[in-house]
Amino acid sequence: MPEIEDNHITLNFGPQHPAAHGVLRLVLDLDGEIVTRIDPHIGLLHRGTEKLIEHKTYMQALPYFDRLDYVAPMNQEHAFALATEKLLGLEVPQRGQYIRVLYSEIGRLLSHLLNTTTQALDVGALTPPLWGFEEREKLMVFYERASGSRMHAAYFRTGGVHQDLPPELLEDIYKFCEHFPKVLDDIEGLLTENRIFKQRNVDIGVLSRADAEAWGFTGVMLRSTGLAWDLRRAQPYECYSELDFKIPVGKNGDCFDRYLMRMEEMRQSTHIMTQCIEKMPSGPVVSTDHKIVPPRRAEMKRSMEALIHHFKLYTEGYHVPVGEVYAAVEAPKGEFGVYLVSDGSNKPYRCKIRAPGFPHLQALEHMCKGHMLADISAVLGSLDIVFGEIDR
Amino acid sequence: MALAEFGKQIAAALPGAVRSQAVVRGELTLDIELGEIARVLKFLRDDPNCQFKMLIDICGVDWPQREKRFDVVYHLLSLSKNHRIRVKLETDENTPVATVVPLFPAANWFEREAFDMYGITFADHPDLRRLLTDYGFSGFPLRKDFPLTGHVELRYDDDLKRVVYQPVQLVQEFRDFDFMSPWEGARFILPGDEKADVVKK
Repeated sequence: MPEIEDNHITLNFGPQHPAAHGVLRLVLDLDGEIVTRIDPHIGLLHRGTEKLIEHKTYMQALPYFDRLDYVAPMNQEHAFALATEKLLGLEVPQRGQYIRVLYSEIGRLLSHLLNTTTQALDVGALTPPLWGFEEREKLMVFYERASGSRMHAAYFRTGGVHQDLPPELLEDIYKFCEHFPKVLDDIEGLLTENRIFKQRNVDIGVLSRADAEAWGFTGVMLRSTGLAWDLRRAQPYECYSELDFKIPVGKNGDCFDRYLMRMEEMRQSTHIMTQCIEKMPSGPVVSTDHKIVPPRRAEMKRSMEALIHHFKLYTEGYHVPVGEVYAAVEAPKGEFGVYLVSDGSNKPYRCKIRAPGFPHLQALEHMCKGHMLADISAVLGSLDIVFGEIDR
Repeated sequence: MALAEFGKQIAAALPGAVRSQAVVRGELTLDIELGEIARVLKFLRDDPNCQFKMLIDICGVDWPQREKRFDVVYHLLSLSKNHRIRVKLETDENTPVATVVPLFPAANWFEREAFDMYGITFADHPDLRRLLTDYGFSGFPLRKDFPLTGHVELRYDDDLKRVVYQPVQLVQEFRDFDFMSPWEGARFILPGDEKADVVKK
């Protein structure tokens, strides 16, 4: 009997696979264990965010951004707030800027902690997520103490942030920053020199710099190819130009580099947070233009003018001048951009959300072709995808 | 400003392609002819002064009252020059836009998304399938004439033991409040109002 040479298999991966980081369905063509074609089917978490935003006032639209990349909610709000401020020509007071930066970096820690540890989980290590999630929980408490909510904060408003931080909270964040690098040391102790972790990640999902640019990669994915491109440095927003931090870059552009860079970025973020708390100026946290920013609640109870402003802003909302604008922030996963078109009314005419994970996932086939089936979960882990932002 | 100068240079280097260029709020926007998109993006990518090697985003915008109802908006980024640029063109439901996938592989999903959401077609796209909407979905949800609630809803049918699709049944009418101030912003078409303009003329 002649042996059958054809090892061709078509495999359906997901949409409920634990290593898919959400609802991703992949249709894989395999030759034995070698991947020959990947067709990602996305959109299983599509909620029509962009359509919903077109039907809401600017203030009502903001909380939708928490629900995109729900791993680092405030970073998304930040992009939308920057876009509306750019259209309105609104200045954010210094203290507001520092609070925003502080909480953006907390978001970066939240995202990287989840990603690096679940990347380890995908290749077989169980302990790192348990240790990482303990720290995430502490960070979410900081979210809660600032905004009242662990995840869906709605804290970055147009013109600043919703409320000032109590001094005890800043002290507690400072204490956290002192102790957090030790936790990172512990996690790195488990992974960085771990033989299995290295076998699964070194030289897997390698990407050249030219490819990374052509496929629209940003953030850690782009920097892993050796290019020091970070919007916080290249096109600084808020008070990033006043802060001291380093941008880690990779050498080989593989999954292991991306892991190492995320670990280093967390140390840098902790450093930024410490500086923010040390330099935190006093003053208002939100613009005092009451045609756009609602008055403080106590004021609203006593002043007639404030009451009128409050009523108008929470019903009709503010009108934004006609125009279009693109604002981007360096979110933990890469460049998160908002393209906002205003027709002069109180609702955005069009709000396109540019999620960093979208082009990253698109290049999955390019990165995984010729790899083994088991490498897909390692590459997916290092891509840092969250379906909230990809499907929108 | 340097960016305005830069915009003029690009417009001069692409005769017949750029309809207008402007710098608004520090952002450079090129309005181009529909058929010229591939040439413009290739120039922007390869010209040593431009170096827009990264395609950040492609999206559609719907203006139903216009004859050519769609804008297709391209955002490009130059890492070496640290510049951003926005390229816009106009099209309608029936006129396809040339694909830019051969220039930027990243354009693939962005074009698929624009097709999925607006029904903008891209000529010679390698794989123009729907991307974000459900299997078997019909309609283009981000068009302004598509209702926010959609047309179908799905639920689990306990008798059939499977998920079934059915037309949307709203228990309560969708409430789209009109908060526009009667003093500023809102335009009310009151019977007889149109005569006021006629008298003025």
